[in-house]
Amino acid sequence: MKFNQARWTRETPEEGGEVYEPLLVEKSSRAVETDDAPLPDDLTRDGIELPDPAEPELARHYTRLSQMNYGVENGPFPLGSCTMKYNPSFTEDVAALPEAATHPDRSTDSVQGNLELRHKLADSLARIGGMDAVTLQPPAGAAGEFTGILIAKAYHEQNGNDRNEIVVPESAHGTNFASAALAGYEVVSLPSADDGRVDVDALRAAVSDDTAALMLTNPNTLGLFERDIEEIADIVHDAGGLLYYDGANLNALLGRARPGDMGFDVMHYNVHKTFATPHGGGGPGAGPVGVVEELAPYLPTPQVSEIDSDEPDDEEAASDDASYERFEPEHSIGKVHGFAGNWLVLVKTYAYIARLGDPGLRDTSAKAVLNANYLASQIDYDIPFEPFHHEFVASADRDAADVAKRMLDYGVHPPTTKWPEIVDEALMTEPTESESRAALDHLARAFDRAAADDDVTLETAPERTAARRIDQASAARNPRLSWHALDDE
Amino acid sequence: MEGGSVSSDEHRENGRGSPFAPHTAAETTAMLDAVGVESEDHLFDIPEEIEFDGSFDIEPRSERAIREEIASMLGRNEDLVEFLGRGHYDHYVPSAVDHLADRSEFLTSYTQYQPEVAQGFLQALFEYQSMLVELTGLEVANCSMYDAATALGEAATLAVRVRATSGDRVLVPEQLHDGRRAVLDSYLAGTDAIVETYPMDDGIVDRDALADAIDEDCVMVYTENPTVRGTIEEGLGAIGELTDDHDALFCLGSDPVALSLLEEPASVGADVVIGDAALGLGAADGMGLGLFATREAFLRQVPGRLVGTGEDSEERRAYTLTLQTREQHIRRERATSNICTNQAWVALRAAMHVAWLGPDGLTDLAKESVTRANEVAERLDAIDGVTAPVHDRHHFREVVARTDREASALKEDLEAEGYAIHAIDDHLVQVCVTETNADRIDDLVAAVEAVA
Repeated sequence: MKFNQARWTRETPEEGGEVYEPLLVEKSSRAVETDDAPLPDDLTRDGIELPDPAEPELARHYTRLSQMNYGVENGPFPLGSCTMKYNPSFTEDVAALPEAATHPDRSTDSVQGNLELRHKLADSLARIGGMDAVTLQPPAGAAGEFTGILIAKAYHEQNGNDRNEIVVPESAHGTNFASAALAGYEVVSLPSADDGRVDVDALRAAVSDDTAALMLTNPNTLGLFERDIEEIADIVHDAGGLLYYDGANLNALLGRARPGDMGFDVMHYNVHKTFATPHGGGGPGAGPVGVVEELAPYLPTPQVSEIDSDEPDDEEAASDDASYERFEPEHSIGKVHGFAGNWLVLVKTYAYIARLGDPGLRDTSAKAVLNANYLASQIDYDIPFEPFHHEFVASADRDAADVAKRMLDYGVHPPTTKWPEIVDEALMTEPTESESRAALDHLARAFDRAAADDDVTLETAPERTAARRIDQASAARNPRLSWHALDDE
Repeated sequence: MEGGSVSSDEHRENGRGSPFAPHTAAETTAMLDAVGVESEDHLFDIPEEIEFDGSFDIEPRSERAIREEIASMLGRNEDLVEFLGRGHYDHYVPSAVDHLADRSEFLTSYTQYQPEVAQGFLQALFEYQSMLVELTGLEVANCSMYDAATALGEAATLAVRVRATSGDRVLVPEQLHDGRRAVLDSYLAGTDAIVETYPMDDGIVDRDALADAIDEDCVMVYTENPTVRGTIEEGLGAIGELTDDHDALFCLGSDPVALSLLEEPASVGADVVIGDAALGLGAADGMGLGLFATREAFLRQVPGRLVGTGEDSEERRAYTLTLQTREQHIRRERATSNICTNQAWVALRAAMHVAWLGPDGLTDLAKESVTRANEVAERLDAIDGVTAPVHDRHHFREVVARTDREASALKEDLEAEGYAIHAIDDHLVQVCVTETNADRIDDLVAAVEAVA
């Protein structure tokens, strides 16, 4: 396969040079005054200047931009820890149903449909995670982490425990550290053992009466399952701490093991990863949080519950007439989103889970793990840690960032580079279940061809993408963050 | 189960596997051989004691069945004409926005870590940032927060960071959306900062009371324009001076439609502007787009992602995520924020929407937001038992009305007639009008007449 990304360029008449697709404002811009406003002058601004394209122009602009962008429907996107799988189209249609578009302040009686979907989704997620209660409010995974840590904090405070530390393995996602710090905790970084897993002795030494929680993902970012998880849970629980599960890698475990059964007390789900609700160029996502029964009273408000039927004997009637109400949990931490989270993402999640059902969920993890292992078996790279599940970290013999740039030329998105730092020149690779064998073979060739290319080719790659190698260091030294900043040049 | 694409298709149709895993049975077998294991189950390194062997009791359904199921479930929502606002506004979304934003290259892409293949999204986000810079007059806008409430929380933590050595008070108006206040409290849970309210005077800031409340311990003053009650603030410049005199950050809450017409935040001394896009999404049950703009002085303290221009090896202007050393994936616990996934696609929609409207369309929408609020106030005021507007101020999109009847009872009766409004106090209701419900004002007025 020969890959060439669309590259839209246009001459700049002033300088005789060329630019990629011009900015909208460079095509058509218009300044308007606001002096005819139905308001006193001192309450209004003087005017404003914005792009003013006709719709056909607008359509071409964004179509060209889309062609200069790479998504999962363009090809493999094996970003380790990000779980970029195929996003089925039909979920977009259900989220676009006009009935879904309600205002968040609608009365409980008038949005029974929304509340039913929320309740059923929360219930499914609870069962998938082995949790007792779930909030759908956090609008992203990191927001879920923050929510979970606030829950841990409120729980400890309610129980008269003043704990000020959160333990996080050094291989964890950066968001774990940042979320713990945002909630006011000291972060205790936990080194990995030689086998890439949690060093249980180091953990024992790290936890104390000050430990509020341990944050962990399982499998970890090397794709390794923490086999000592029960012992880890005991160590944390014996010290009076809680065990937090980072759901970033849940795709590897769907239907195989549940965080709740492993001893985790609180977890977040990255529905935009595990349940194929599109990332949309970096969001929106949603980060529902599940908790064990003891922590349910601390969940954000409102929660949704099913109202007990008046006629408990008549099961048929009860399920037909099920109605739902909002409530504030007894020791609620309050809110982490102004309203009730990223609703449309949640509708897509519900649809996706319904499409898969039990067998699909279980097959997801089977094929995700098979694909990672198969891809690893087809490439000529050192993979220092195994046996891995859904992702592996390959070590490039040369600069991983250069290898990644060259892989772009072969029509694939490269893996996550340079992280985790446990592996030299790391390429953290997660193909997901939605890649076919042929796509994986193509990906494997991209790995091996990039590794075999000469230094100059690698250092100047990519050449077939919309733009050539971008100097990110100089962009950071001289930040120009809006088209207004370009005027100064 | 054995071999061939036909049985594999059956396998999917029978719901015995993931419909989105493309493997035929033969491929699966060959791949297992290549890996050197007998079955998929042997690939899992999970101790037996914690293996899950139960069922979730989730029946797989066909695509068609799910569409029917969800349509039927959501069909239980009552079909009400909404006159609801208070921080979340339903604006008409042009078809072009839906269709262009739904292009899969945008929709199914990830964060732009490899800028050479992500120029399209990066440029769109750069244009979004630029529009916010124009709307606010501030130099820096990030490429999104989750919603206005989380943006307010981030503004407060920024204030705590940049004024770390002295003071711990964050001042907010007493009339503030509950959700915004609650999220602000959550974001400050990890700091020593405390949130206090200052009084309002007939729907806008009571400047004398604010002057009494502000002192050297104050890290941030938050105010809104328009306010949660739809009033247009009249003393922003004075508030800016007051905060400046006390070295507190001045954070202003607004939205793009209002910003196109009302006083430019930079000109009244705002240090941070937060808000919700109120464009491009419709009334998605509160799903939002958090705006965040600030002065260049705080560039390295900005939460979230920033897109900047650079050059590629052909010396053409290109776009890239920049200043990432502020972010969690590099800075970990010393990051400016924990935000990772943001609302990039919603920001894309908002930028498309603003461009579709153009400066005339956007400012017309803003002007109509004033005239429509006036019109609905006048119409409500003409009804026996209703006085509107309660606040003797200029209004934007929404007005508060006083009702002789108990507000909650009136609201319930109106709902039975098919109309949704806010009841915000014992005898206060709030009504919001945009282009999506303006043609139903007559009907609303008739319904209020019938139940007031």
